[in-house]
Amino acid sequence: MVSTATLDSAQASSKSRIVNDFSIQVATVNGSGSQSSNNILMRSIFQMGVPVSGKNLFPSNIAGLPTWFTIRVNKDGYVGRKKEIDILVAMNPQTAREDVLALEPGAVSISPIEFKLNEVRNDVIHYLVPFTELAAKTTENIKLRKLLTNMLYVGILAELLEISEKEIERSIHKQFEGKTKAIDLNQNAVRLARAWTKENVKKQDPFFIEALNKTQGKIIIDGNAACAVGAMFAGASVVTWYPITPSSSLCEQLIDYLKEYRIDPETGKATFAVIQAEDELAALGMAIGAGWAGARSMTSTSGPGISLMAELTGFAYFTEIPVVVFDVQRVGPSTGMPTRTAQGDVTSAYYLSHGDTKHIVLFPGSVEECYSMAVQSFDLAERFQTPVFVLTDLDLGMNNWMADPFVYPDKPLDRGKVLSAEQIEKIGKFERYKDVDGDGIPYRTLPGTDHPLAAYFTRGSGHTDKATYTEKPEDYINLMNRLERKFNTARTYVPKPEVSSHDNAKIGIIAFGSSDVAVKESRDQLAKQKVPTAYFRLKALPFTTELKSFVEKYERVYVVEQNRDAQLRDLVRLELPEYATRIKSILHFNGLPIDARSITDAVLEQEKSSSKKQAI
Amino acid sequence: MVQSVSPPAGAPKPTTNRIGLTQADYKGSASTLCDGCGHDAISSQIVRAFYELGVEPHMVAKLSGIGCSSKTPAYFLSRSHGINTVHGRMPSVATGAGMANSSLHLIGVSGDGDTASIGLGQFCHLLRRNLSMIYIVENNGVYGLTKGQFSATADYGSKLKSGVVNELSPIDLCGLAIELGCGFVARSFAGDPKQVVALLKAAASYRGTALLDIISPCVTFNNHEGSTKSYKYAKEMDVPLHELGYIPFFEQITVDYEPGSVQEVELHDGSHLRLKKLHTDYDPTNRLMAINTIQKANTDGQFLTGLMYIDEKKKDFKTIMDTVDEPLVSLQENKLRPPKTALAAIMTSLM
Repeated sequence: MVSTATLDSAQASSKSRIVNDFSIQVATVNGSGSQSSNNILMRSIFQMGVPVSGKNLFPSNIAGLPTWFTIRVNKDGYVGRKKEIDILVAMNPQTAREDVLALEPGAVSISPIEFKLNEVRNDVIHYLVPFTELAAKTTENIKLRKLLTNMLYVGILAELLEISEKEIERSIHKQFEGKTKAIDLNQNAVRLARAWTKENVKKQDPFFIEALNKTQGKIIIDGNAACAVGAMFAGASVVTWYPITPSSSLCEQLIDYLKEYRIDPETGKATFAVIQAEDELAALGMAIGAGWAGARSMTSTSGPGISLMAELTGFAYFTEIPVVVFDVQRVGPSTGMPTRTAQGDVTSAYYLSHGDTKHIVLFPGSVEECYSMAVQSFDLAERFQTPVFVLTDLDLGMNNWMADPFVYPDKPLDRGKVLSAEQIEKIGKFERYKDVDGDGIPYRTLPGTDHPLAAYFTRGSGHTDKATYTEKPEDYINLMNRLERKFNTARTYVPKPEVSSHDNAKIGIIAFGSSDVAVKESRDQLAKQKVPTAYFRLKALPFTTELKSFVEKYERVYVVEQNRDAQLRDLVRLELPEYATRIKSILHFNGLPIDARSITDAVLEQEKSSSKKQAI
Repeated sequence: MVQSVSPPAGAPKPTTNRIGLTQADYKGSASTLCDGCGHDAISSQIVRAFYELGVEPHMVAKLSGIGCSSKTPAYFLSRSHGINTVHGRMPSVATGAGMANSSLHLIGVSGDGDTASIGLGQFCHLLRRNLSMIYIVENNGVYGLTKGQFSATADYGSKLKSGVVNELSPIDLCGLAIELGCGFVARSFAGDPKQVVALLKAAASYRGTALLDIISPCVTFNNHEGSTKSYKYAKEMDVPLHELGYIPFFEQITVDYEPGSVQEVELHDGSHLRLKKLHTDYDPTNRLMAINTIQKANTDGQFLTGLMYIDEKKKDFKTIMDTVDEPLVSLQENKLRPPKTALAAIMTSLM
């Protein structure tokens, strides 16, 4: 039978209720089918109006290795990773011991009775559950029992945390859309677990979910899907890709959306082409070919793919061909940690390729921005006739985030400076690489333009304003200087940073991408400790003028990023060498999403040593 | 807006093709290759073929990789857009361009280094996809631009100028192409303009990837005694499989041959290719025969030219991708950006 090991410390903590502010970690075996249960759990909390996020920490493996799903519930809307786990569901015999040892005293552990985790630690609250026995009651089918075991822990948590039965049922319906048999089986398993819990468990933990109204009208989506929706509404028509974690689901979800919304109703044919390439070189080559021909084209990849795309990126830069590259960043090497998050491609994407190259890079900081910047990236690529990189990461790309519904684009597509046959006829001439407008952006024509003056020969080698071959020093200098001019024009087009400040802030924080949620939470923690801060969330490279006006205001500026080499910090220092010494760094690169506590601790630590130095 | 550059007043009216353009309208800038280079001979035949076919130059897109061969698109069809891409990556750029604008006639020029070494992977996958384009390999067995190193098509036992003998197996691009499912595989010799032009025209009428592996001697680095890609060697060893006649769709077909002596193949645009049998009873629609013949020729050191294989029923990439009839590049915002209701429906499904 059940036992609930009780303890003095645990009991003490249970005296006060902790409502809508805790984290749950479900430890399972990869491939055991826990994903749908975890989604149902997360969604039910979301439907109760409580802000929530879900993070899947999974191995580079199809089945058998350990995997963890973390749900953060937070009434104040802090949905970044929380460092401490409050409730552990230890379903994986391989890791159960380690998992329970990692808990803080007073935390909760729910585990199969046979694991005997109560013998491992006695300073946590244990709920020991006869999962095998309960699973046997869910179905006759032995194969299904394994899957339904996952629904049992959902039921137990639902009962303990007081998650509404109605919302659990609603999310089960959503998850298994129309599959009556699956719905019945899963609902039955939840009911069974709830009933068992009611009868056998004496609640000793302080954690509760109570209905709020903070998620009304919101959506749940992962960043890859958000990028996909954006790309579709941007009018992407040639999409090329090569499978790579964590970006594969971007194009896979895009295919689904395109098949639903971009089929010509009259003919039933596609208004798009999605091509799975033989490698990342070909993927970018195809996207460049399509961009050259005048289509909105894109590819998506991750770090190793970016490396392979280096040569063709330089080609597109020099020949001035628009293309959008989504880079869902992950930890560097191909094997080992490809399923862990990082922000390590900042400099490699910014400077990608041979010779003098630099590129427009966008940094969405939320799923809303994954969508809106995906839309914007195509406008920028065509306006500037150049590769544009959209850098997200595994945390943003593959995890589920709460968001406001996306807003329909308010501007028409910006197709950039493309001359038609009629326009050439009117002007009487066409020079492909001439800076007619003084902004560094030349005019282009597309193959198929019916005018004797429209054609030009695109070459990666030295070329004149008229696109003819040249090796003359002055022609090369002219070309390089114009490209620089064009890049400077981009500074006024890329999205501006989001800047905010507490009163009396003496220090600033610069961050980008998925670090945003953790930074926001950390700033509130710091403010509580009387350390007011200003915040500059970078949205794009090249830098805009706002960078300098931010940095010059503060005594110290901490650049927070998820890589080892302080890549963005270095770029900021290069941009503002006169302020180099005040630009500090806070780094996080353990493969896990960055959390607020780590930032807060690091800021306090560095601030302490700065004040010591000042004292000396 | 097809218009010819008007000749000076008083000059005799030049001959024009069916769309009113002169052969000069199909020329490119002056070649910078070595005098006598096989590649220039091929460029001339490209000019001639497109002129005689009456293809609108602005509807052609020229593509190439890197190498001597890949410079040549600058030397023909200057009224067509061209792109000199990255070493070995022309097939992918062509695939993107072709999918973006399916109304363009794509002509790609590559070399044996660009195709058989650095670009072998992309070449293979281009053939698998069967993108509609003419893919010419100007094959001379050496790297010209980097001064004469062996390429992967150099024959076993072939000698470099320095006397170094190739001991590695050559890649036979025609054999490989048939293996990979290519539906138009031809081999020719730059010194046989008649055959080259007939094959080019047939390739232009074919929907799918049409491979032309043309032996094109390098006069500077591989035209010596001991080379198997020299003018002398090719001329002496050339064994045409058949005599090729091309009848464009806009000309009437006449029958003036003995029954059984000629095989006719109808191409996608309604043009016909007439293969007059020579010594052998070669049937280029027979895949196994094609493979056997190529294998045997390689074993015997024979240089066979002509249309090695044709399958005019294969689906091209656009058909497989099932895209709308009009080129994707011509779609306007109303077709590219789904309406507000679509976004609303997606958002509701995520709530």
